[in-house]
Amino acid sequence: MKNILETKNLSKKYKRYPNQWSRFAEWLTAGRYRTHEERWALRGVSFEVDAGEAVGIIGQNGAGKSTLLKILTRTTKPSKGNIKIGGRVSALLELGMGFHPDFTGRENAIMACRMAGLNREQIEQLLPAIASFSELGDYLDQPMRVYSTGMQMRLAFSASTVVRPEILILDEVLAVGDAYFSHKCVNRIRTFKEQGTTLLFVSHDPGSVKALCDRAILIDKGILIRDGSPDAVLDYYNAMISVKRKNEEIQQVESEFGATVTRSGDGRAYFENVEMLDENDRPARAFRVGDTASIRCDVISNASLESPTVGILIRDRLGNDVFGTNSFHLEVDKEIYKAGENIEATFTLPLNIGCGNYSLCVAIHSGDTHLQDNYDWWDQCLAFQVIPGNSFSFIGLASLPVELKVQRKHKK
Amino acid sequence: MKNEFWKWFGSRLFALWRYRGFVFGMVWREFHARYLGSLLGSAWSVLHPIAMIFIYTVIFSKIMRARLPGVDDNMGFGIFLCAGLLPWSFFSELLGRCPNIFIEQANLLKKGNFPRITFPVVLFLSSTVNFVIIFTVFLLFLLVTGRYPDWSFLAFVPLLLLQQFLAMGLGIMLGALNVFFRDVGQFVGIVLQFWFWFTPIIYPVTILPQFARELLKFNPLTQLVLSYQQIVLFGNWPQWSLFKAHILFVITTLLISFVVFRRLSAEIVDEL
Repeated sequence: MKNILETKNLSKKYKRYPNQWSRFAEWLTAGRYRTHEERWALRGVSFEVDAGEAVGIIGQNGAGKSTLLKILTRTTKPSKGNIKIGGRVSALLELGMGFHPDFTGRENAIMACRMAGLNREQIEQLLPAIASFSELGDYLDQPMRVYSTGMQMRLAFSASTVVRPEILILDEVLAVGDAYFSHKCVNRIRTFKEQGTTLLFVSHDPGSVKALCDRAILIDKGILIRDGSPDAVLDYYNAMISVKRKNEEIQQVESEFGATVTRSGDGRAYFENVEMLDENDRPARAFRVGDTASIRCDVISNASLESPTVGILIRDRLGNDVFGTNSFHLEVDKEIYKAGENIEATFTLPLNIGCGNYSLCVAIHSGDTHLQDNYDWWDQCLAFQVIPGNSFSFIGLASLPVELKVQRKHKK
Repeated sequence: MKNEFWKWFGSRLFALWRYRGFVFGMVWREFHARYLGSLLGSAWSVLHPIAMIFIYTVIFSKIMRARLPGVDDNMGFGIFLCAGLLPWSFFSELLGRCPNIFIEQANLLKKGNFPRITFPVVLFLSSTVNFVIIFTVFLLFLLVTGRYPDWSFLAFVPLLLLQQFLAMGLGIMLGALNVFFRDVGQFVGIVLQFWFWFTPIIYPVTILPQFARELLKFNPLTQLVLSYQQIVLFGNWPQWSLFKAHILFVITTLLISFVVFRRLSAEIVDEL
């Protein structure tokens, strides 16, 4: 098929001035007095997208994804390179943009359509479709300020996708509202795709990229470093981020959860390092359902300890305990460690748990619980993700081995 | 270069036309948002100018007995004040708000893809709506007090357009510059105060010494305000020939403003 979108050598430069006066000086001297630093948010990004293709754009925060999107939606201009777009672009960079809380849902929906450049008759015709898709009922004529966040998102999504665009650009907006509605959103996007819409989808979430896209592009530090099948690109991405996280475990975990990480204990033994490894013993933070993972804990004892207990606890994103056990229950041989000795404890387990984000908590203590002598307790020491695997789909937290037999029942 | 500019200019006009629904929607929204949640609603938009005109005419002229030399109407001073003040507030509302247009709409500009030129136009139109309401109240007041407006009132239309295009020209340029140097917005506030006193709005130009009158000629608003006062007080048509320089000045300002806006337009989003 023919290219609907083509970028050639896209680069974007931002100027950073040490202070306002130096900018002023540069303006006054028409650029002869130059003090700004150049920061390249994108460097030489070239790719082509066929009509009807769904492309996932992945990369870490600050990799240049948003800059790329802004260029694609023509909000900002590239400093170098050019871009060709052959169709109507609709961009969902932020749901509920420009909504005014004092106006009714209907009025805001009309405004959103106007912002998309639709005219009055078109909007008139489309309103019933927006109303029915958003399922807001009587709330549609209530001021937006009485809406819950989920309701606002429903209306925003309904209004911005009421017309099928030729190119749809989505920026992590699918994770909105309740499960029912986000499923409905994904369905609408799938339908668009089947009808020929080209999709550009930006996400941190490997699961949804795999579910929606035929191709993925990986951007890091403004450079396009991988372009290929979502599987291959995501694997590369995983490897990349685990290498990065090794040295800055705690900060990473803190920012991911936005919560204070608890670490407590009397220090008679402490975790020097905790790592999660995939089947090939490479550090990993994303696993498929059913993948075997190893949790390797490097412990240093500061005192003479008789068979300290090392434990792990996996929690879901809401903090519910999913699975936890320790060396006491697993009945390892008793051993006495001298002060200064290193202990390595490796738990190997198949991750038969549902898709989602999890955190790992580790502890070392005496006895069967940490309540007696707690040496080191490290909450949320790392975070990992479970994404759909190759087996059957399911919902819920536990992947139970299931067998199904269906047969015709004969009446006696 | 020249050709390219006009091409750009044309494409902006076309974009404005295509987004007219958005522009009118924003104007409507701004008007309504102001009175939402109030019992009297848009009646307030009429009550404000009524109060203002009441103060100038009844209180200033009748109770404080301020008199205008050469006018024997007992409300003359109040009417003289309104003739200058109403258009001035129209001008200063637009010019005063222009520096912040792009900053206020930062989020829309960064996340949405629609023409940036719509924002100044929304401001232009919504200040016009306010003025039309206020001026209508003023006209009604004149009718009620038996001072029938003369045909020369029609001259307000071209004169006000000239005045507002001047505000617009300066405003777009200052709005674009203010994104980079927030000092511009602060500066405009001060300039507007001086500009008010350098325009013969609340004093007749005749009380000034000769050198000050000469100086006031360089203020493009002087001739406009004098004409407004002539129309309202005496029903005199303005002397059109006096406005040749104004027209030239306004067109030049608008052109410079568009050139500046075009140059900075791409960088505005990066800076917000």
